[in-house]
Amino acid sequence: MAEKTTKSLQEVTIRFAGDSGDGMQLTGTQFTNTTAILGNDLSTLPDFPAEIRAPAGTLFGVSGFQIHFGSTEINTPGDACDVLVSMNAAALKVNLGSLVDGGVIIVNTDGFNDRNLKLAGYQNSPLKDGSLSRYQVFEVDISKMTALALKDLSLSSKLVDRSKNFFALGMMYWMYNRPMEPTIDWINKKFHNKPEIVEANIRVLKAGWNYSETTEIFAVRYQVSPAKLAPGRYRNITGNQAAAWGLMAAAKKANLDLFLGSYPITPASDILHELSIYKHFGVKTFQAEDEIAGITSAIGAAFGGALGVTTTSGPGVALKTEALGLAVMVELPLVVCNIQRGGPSTGLPTKTEQADLLQSLYGRNGEAPIPIVAASTPADCFQMVFEASRIALKYMTPVFFLSDGYLGNGSEPWLIPDFKAMPDISVKFRTNAEGFFPYSRDEATLTRPWAIPGTPGLEHRIGGLEKQHITGNVNYEPQNHEMMIKLRAEKVERIANDIPLAEAEGDAQGDVLVVGWGSTYGAIRTAVLRHREKGNSVSQLHIHYLNPLPKNLGEVLYKFKHVLVPELNLGQLVKVLRAKYLVPALGLNKIQGLPFKAIEIEKKIDEILKGK
Amino acid sequence: MATLVEELIAKTGSPAAEKYTAKDFQSDQDVRWCPGCGDYSILAQTQRIMPDLGIPRHRMAFISGIGCSSRFPYYMNTYGFHSIHGRATAVASGLKLARPDISVWVVTGDGDGFSIGGNHMIHLMRRNLDINVLLFNNQIYGLTKGQYSPTSEMGKVTKSTPFGSIDYPFNPASLCLGASATFVARTLDRDPKHMQATLKRAADHKGTSFIEVYQNCNVFNDGAFFQFTEKETKEDNVVFIEHGKPLVFGKEHDKGIRLNGFTPEVVSLKDGKFSVNDLLVHDEKDTTLSFILADMTYKPHLPRPVGIFLAIERPVYEEEMVRQIQFARQKRGEGDMAKLLNSGETWVVQ
Repeated sequence: MAEKTTKSLQEVTIRFAGDSGDGMQLTGTQFTNTTAILGNDLSTLPDFPAEIRAPAGTLFGVSGFQIHFGSTEINTPGDACDVLVSMNAAALKVNLGSLVDGGVIIVNTDGFNDRNLKLAGYQNSPLKDGSLSRYQVFEVDISKMTALALKDLSLSSKLVDRSKNFFALGMMYWMYNRPMEPTIDWINKKFHNKPEIVEANIRVLKAGWNYSETTEIFAVRYQVSPAKLAPGRYRNITGNQAAAWGLMAAAKKANLDLFLGSYPITPASDILHELSIYKHFGVKTFQAEDEIAGITSAIGAAFGGALGVTTTSGPGVALKTEALGLAVMVELPLVVCNIQRGGPSTGLPTKTEQADLLQSLYGRNGEAPIPIVAASTPADCFQMVFEASRIALKYMTPVFFLSDGYLGNGSEPWLIPDFKAMPDISVKFRTNAEGFFPYSRDEATLTRPWAIPGTPGLEHRIGGLEKQHITGNVNYEPQNHEMMIKLRAEKVERIANDIPLAEAEGDAQGDVLVVGWGSTYGAIRTAVLRHREKGNSVSQLHIHYLNPLPKNLGEVLYKFKHVLVPELNLGQLVKVLRAKYLVPALGLNKIQGLPFKAIEIEKKIDEILKGK
Repeated sequence: MATLVEELIAKTGSPAAEKYTAKDFQSDQDVRWCPGCGDYSILAQTQRIMPDLGIPRHRMAFISGIGCSSRFPYYMNTYGFHSIHGRATAVASGLKLARPDISVWVVTGDGDGFSIGGNHMIHLMRRNLDINVLLFNNQIYGLTKGQYSPTSEMGKVTKSTPFGSIDYPFNPASLCLGASATFVARTLDRDPKHMQATLKRAADHKGTSFIEVYQNCNVFNDGAFFQFTEKETKEDNVVFIEHGKPLVFGKEHDKGIRLNGFTPEVVSLKDGKFSVNDLLVHDEKDTTLSFILADMTYKPHLPRPVGIFLAIERPVYEEEMVRQIQFARQKRGEGDMAKLLNSGETWVVQ
């Protein structure tokens, strides 16, 4: 056996890349779960094509999964990868640009035959023409090794080929000192009805490990120690799973039934899938005939006294627009989850973007204010969708919960909250018929009563026509209309009394304040921390409540010489801040369907500090 | 633990329904349809049969979309929701799924239900939620002041079709049968007795009930159905279909419908060639027959069929949903959120 040395690393970024049918998402997810169990901090970025099984070997069919993990705080999936596992020539071509100089490339040589090279647009094989001399290249015939490991199992060649991702996973487990048991347990559970698949996958996984252990190809393996995370019990969680669980938690804490009306759409469908599992929690999921029926059924359920929810992405919100106005008018609680993706129109279904903020704020006919909250990390989706539900129920209003493809599909370790210690959401249906009017309002919150069918004596009618103040009767009088518009706006504005104040992370004043919202949190944090380590006066403010904004936001902004607002759009929050607070805030904008790299924000801050 | 809604249902239980009269179902709102509108009759017949249903008023909800017909909920002293154009069926579906204990009624028109809301309509039919749908078909857009509708006849001259409509009309009964509806009926605004009987049957039906009401818009499409509703012409132009009875019609009950192969034809009972025994006998459980009868609509040489085309049983969507939930609870126990959060792969950091 070859002599092996072990090196210790603080952090590393690995990218698994192959055909969309090669199982790269599964490989990445398995590596992630095992890494989480080992106690590393981590962040992941799945990056896959919209096509389910794009033609094999093509550039547009490449599917990637990046994981950044370490013994230190990890806030992003990594600007660049240290290791690229490339199952074919196209995967190499698409991903080489994200590899650091001197980085490691592990290639499946079988994926570099003439046909693969041609499909990837290579004239000559990059493995032979010296173009990869800047990197450490390890050539392994993964396909052949996989076939050899399975040769006595008489499986179809298709099944054999499908197992090869486990060989790559086995190699990476060896290289980064990860145990195979969690994945072996998973295989046993997942394929318990198909013993031949269990046998094949476990065999190939072990073959990958043993190959790395035995051959002389790898001289070094790495150790990444557990991160110093706050004490407690952790799990790994994706944003969409966290959102689903946050909705269930809110319904339980409000003692209401949860009703989801939804139409499948990428990248939001996983919330529908997840909630569909929990029938024993009384969750009712309704896969409607379209986006409009998704939201209107949720409004109908809310009329009946349920926590009504609809989940979608930008194009779906566009279709729900008229119903959102109805929810504003009838003042019923409703949570609208927008897992944003690249737009406009069908846009980039599987890529991330945060270009629906202005749609959420203004995208309706008439004056129709809707509160908005946004999650900043995958696990934060739990907390913020819980907040969306709380606000919707307390203030009888539709509320937007904004996430995006990167948060929804990305994952991170999550300190599991103590459910019993979470606050209750107090809901009281109106039952007293005496003095009941459907549009009388609570003095403090301006909220109208929730009187649900089945309550004797409270029979009343609601609808999309303008209401008379207090009685709720249809009314077209000019003064009444203006008053009702103002009351609905004021009701939303007063929510500012019920949300946390804005607080800069770092210093309360200084040269640069980087203001963000949504999924840019990790990249901004990394960039700001790097500047602060250098002694620069740079702080961060991340906004979770976008409508209404925190009451003191202006005061926080005014204390900095420069305000920088990085966004994955053409500048939406920055417009709002400039309009509302008259601050000369600057935008940093990226619209590539990918999250920010920390270095991009770091450089922009540099420019500002240098007065460029 | 019982949810707030379960507690409310338990408290408000089902007291022996009060002795209601039609008046108890009239709200305090002035009815604002045009004088002479067919909608008045539908409202009156609906309010008249409500006391017979034995359902407490607070357990009823009328849901509508947009259009003249959709003002209906404002006039019913029950829970009501005047929603947005075409979506009443979807709003009603959500309410019924959240609250299977509520008697849910949808009021819609030919534009609301079969143009802008056509998609939700057909999906409601196939799912078979226990909801009653009243279609006020006047073959015109009234609220927007006189454009043709998806049930207007070809050639119809309206504000938007000055040279005559070139759209072929839907036959709502056939469309709903095609969408696998379990109860499909047609009645007439000027035949209160027939309408009341049909409404009661619809209310008793378990599953989605669809009733098309031929309704006169006396402002924009006056007389569209007069040949079927007026004394002088009705009996020769309408055949009332009744379960187990032969299809006889005509002023002197001297005509009938016979099946020639699969094709219905009018035969005379006077000339000695055919007797009542040769006529088609209606069976409202027969789906094939329901298609044949509904297809008689718009055929100029055949009388217009009015009555219950189909009334069959099929699993009801919201009951299936509740059944799945109960089954899951039996199998896995009531869901425990704290346990769920801590399930699967977890680890402890000291």
